[in-house]
Amino acid sequence: MEINKHYFDTVIIGSGLAGLRAAIECISHGSVAVLSKLYPTRSHSTAAQGGIGAALGNEEEDNPEWHTYDTVKGSDFLGDQDAIEIMCYDAIPTIIELEHMGVPFSRTPEGKIAQRRFGGHTKDFGKAPVRRACYSADRTGHAVLFALYEQSQLKGVKFFQEFQVLDIVVENNTVQGVIALNIRDGSIHVFESKAVIVASGGYGKIFKVTSNAYASTGECLSMLFRQGLPLEDMEFFQFHPTGLYGLGILITEGARGEGGILINGKGERFMEHYAPTIKDLAPRDMVSRAILMEIREGRGIDGKDYVYLDLRHIDKRILHERLPEITTFCKIYMGIDPSEAPIPVVPTAHYAMGGIPTDKDGRVLRDVDGSVVEGLYAAGECACVSVHGANRLGCNSLLDTVVFGRRAGKTAATTLRSMQKGKVRKERVSLVIECINMIKNSNGRESVAAIRRDLQTAMMDKCSVFRKEDELKILLEELKVLKERYKEISISDKSNIFNTELLEAIELGHMLTLSEVIALSALQRTESRGAHYREDYPNRDDENWLKHTFAFYSDKGITFKYKPVTFTRFKPEERKY
Amino acid sequence: MSRYYTFKIKRYLPDENPQIRWDQFRVKLNSMERVLDGLIKIKETMDGTLTFRKSCAHGVCGSCAMKINGKNRLACQTLVKDLPEIIEIEPLPSLPVIKDLVVDMSLFFEKNDKVLPYLINDEPPPERERIQFPEDQHKILESITCIMCGSCTSSCPVFWTNKEYLGPSALLKAYRFLFDTRDRATEQRLQAITGENGIWRCHSIFNCVEVCPKEIDITKHLLKLKRLAVKRGFKGGSE
Repeated sequence: MEINKHYFDTVIIGSGLAGLRAAIECISHGSVAVLSKLYPTRSHSTAAQGGIGAALGNEEEDNPEWHTYDTVKGSDFLGDQDAIEIMCYDAIPTIIELEHMGVPFSRTPEGKIAQRRFGGHTKDFGKAPVRRACYSADRTGHAVLFALYEQSQLKGVKFFQEFQVLDIVVENNTVQGVIALNIRDGSIHVFESKAVIVASGGYGKIFKVTSNAYASTGECLSMLFRQGLPLEDMEFFQFHPTGLYGLGILITEGARGEGGILINGKGERFMEHYAPTIKDLAPRDMVSRAILMEIREGRGIDGKDYVYLDLRHIDKRILHERLPEITTFCKIYMGIDPSEAPIPVVPTAHYAMGGIPTDKDGRVLRDVDGSVVEGLYAAGECACVSVHGANRLGCNSLLDTVVFGRRAGKTAATTLRSMQKGKVRKERVSLVIECINMIKNSNGRESVAAIRRDLQTAMMDKCSVFRKEDELKILLEELKVLKERYKEISISDKSNIFNTELLEAIELGHMLTLSEVIALSALQRTESRGAHYREDYPNRDDENWLKHTFAFYSDKGITFKYKPVTFTRFKPEERKY
Repeated sequence: MSRYYTFKIKRYLPDENPQIRWDQFRVKLNSMERVLDGLIKIKETMDGTLTFRKSCAHGVCGSCAMKINGKNRLACQTLVKDLPEIIEIEPLPSLPVIKDLVVDMSLFFEKNDKVLPYLINDEPPPERERIQFPEDQHKILESITCIMCGSCTSSCPVFWTNKEYLGPSALLKAYRFLFDTRDRATEQRLQAITGENGIWRCHSIFNCVEVCPKEIDITKHLLKLKRLAVKRGFKGGSE
C-alpha cells in the first residue's frame, strides 16, 4: 500500500476550540497541520451553548479571585489550584482577545460583552450567584469556533479534514508524529513532526444517554494509554442535569441562569432543599444527583423518570433573544413551546473531567512525578490539567480550551527549535495497516452496533451518576465479555472510500479500553467526591483520597498511581451551597 | 406510537457495478425519531455499507444535510412523523457525490474562502473589548447562526447552472462581516463579491430561504448586500 508522507513542525489533532486556539499560536513559529475526523466547523465545540466564564465584571462586580474560589470549590477541592488560578486570571485577556478576533458576543446596553449567571459561579466566595458567563445567545461555542476557524484560515493553517487518526507515535519518550487515514479514499498518511498537540475532545458516546456528538468517542486517549502513558482522574464524568428527556440533547444551564427553575412531580422547586443559597444554580454534580433522588423517591413527573425545567415565567423577549436555540430544540424535538409548557429533562452524560494528564503548559505527563513526553501536548476536554477536579463548573470548559489551547500552542511553538524532526518507522505504519485490514477482512458473527449498544447501556446503568462496588464489578465482567465479542466482529463494507463502518469499528475498540479505565478508576476510589458518587462510600474522604488517580496500562492489566493535589490558598472545606 | 416507514435511498457505490441504484428499506420508528435515526437503524441492522455523515444529531453541526422528499434538510432535525410513509432520500443536489449520501463539500467551502471570511481590523485593539451596541450586533444576529450545512447553495438554481456563482452561503458569510461594525474591509470584501459570479447573480428565487434549517432569511440579507454595494459605487450592470 502506498504511504503518503508529510512533514509539519506541529501537528494538531482536533479542530475544536482547543486545537484551533493552539494552531493560531503555533502558526507564527512554523508550519501547522490540523487533522480532524470531521469538517472543522462540525467539531463538537460548536454545540456548546451557554457561555464562557471570565470575571469581566461587565454586568456587576466580579473578580478572578472569586472565580478561582468557585472553581476550586466546584471541583470538590480536587482541582490543582495553581492551574485554576492561571485559568481564572488568564480568562479576562483571553476573552478580550477572542472578541478582537471577531467573536460576535451578545452585548450589554453599553456595548460591552454581555454576561449571565451560571451554576456554581458566585460573588464574594459563595454569597450569591454572579453574572460571569460571556455568551453569544445560546450558541456560544458556535460563535467562538467559527471565529477561531476563520482566523486560522487567515493565518495559513493547513487543514486535513475528514482524516481519522489511527496512531500517535511516541518512541524513546519523544513524539514522532501521527498516522492517519484519509476517510475519503482510504489512503494512509504519515505526518512526521516536532510537536503533536492532542485536542481531540471528549468521549461521552460511551454512555447511552449523552449530549455528545457521534464523533465524541475518545480514541486518541486510548491510543496513548495503550502505549503505556497514563490517564488521569477517569472516574470523574459529568452528567449535565438538563438533557431533553428521551434524547439527551443539552438544554443549557444558561436557561437556569436566566431564571429557569426545576420542579418535581409535586410541583415543588426541589433545589431549595439541596442548595438553599444558590438553589437551581448549584453545581452540576449536585443538581444531577438531586434530580435522580427526586425520581427515585417517586417525585418524578407523574411518578415517571424525569422532572421539569420551567421557563414559563421568563419574559418571552429574553427567551427569544438569549435562549433561541434551546427554544427551537424544544419545539422541534418535543413539540413544546417552553414559554407555555415546562420542559421534561433528565441528566445526560456531558463532560469528561479526566483525561490525558498535562502540566500547566500543556505538556503531557508520563508519570506522577511530573516527568513529560518530549514534544507531546494535550489541551481541551481530552486533557486533564487539572482545572476541573472532580466536577467542572458550567462555562469553564470553553475557557479551559482557549486558555490551555493557547498555552499548549505557545509552549510547543517556543520549544520547536530544540526538537528534532520526528521519524515514524515503517514497521509502525505496517502494524496500523495490518490492524485496518484485519477489521476489513474479519468474518466474525458479532456486530459493531450491537456491542456498542450493550457497552453504552452497561456504562449508563452501572457507572453513571450513582455507583457502587458490586455493580462496578459486574460491569467489569460485562466489559470483559464485550472485549471478547469485539474480537469476533465483522463489517460488510470492504470499500476504501468513505468507509464509516470501518471507522465505527476502530472507535469501538478504543471505547472499550476507555470504559474499562473508567470503571476500574471508579471502583478503586472508595469515597464520594464531585461527580463520582459511591453509594457505598457516600462521604468525601480527604484523609485518603485528596489525590489524583493515574491509571496505567500494562500486560498484566490496569494499575494505579497517585499524584497529590496542588494547593495554593484555599483549604478543603465542607461543600455547601 | 411506532410505525413502519419505507426509506427509498439513492445509492452511489463507486466500487460497484452499476454504481447508482435505488434501495428500499422498511424501518420501524417511533414518533420522536428522526430521519437520521432511521438511517442509523438501517446501517446497523440491514446494510452496513449505507454511508452518510453525522455528528451532533441536533441541528448545530451541519453534517447531515441531504435531500429528503424533494427538499434539502438536516436528517437529524427532520422527524419522521412529519413525513409520509415513504421517505425518499438523495444526496444534496449539484455537488459531486463521494458515496451514497456523502457529497464533496470542497467546492462549497472554497466559495466561502473567496469572500474573505474573517474579521479584518488592523487598528490597534483597545485594552478591553471593542464596543458594539446591541442594535448593531442584532444586524448580524441571523447571519451568525449559519452552520454551513450546504442546504442553501445546493438548492439554488443559479448555482445549478453556474458552478462559479458564489452562492447564498458564501454571500451570507460576506454579509456577516460587512455588517459587523468592527470590520474594516468593506471595499475589499465588496470587490470580492461583486464580480461576474457574485451577488448580482442572485435572482431572489428564495429556494435558499425555503430550505435553511436555521430559518435564516438569506435572500433578505443578499438584498441588503446589493444595496450596500450600489451605495458604495459597485454596479451590477451599465447602460
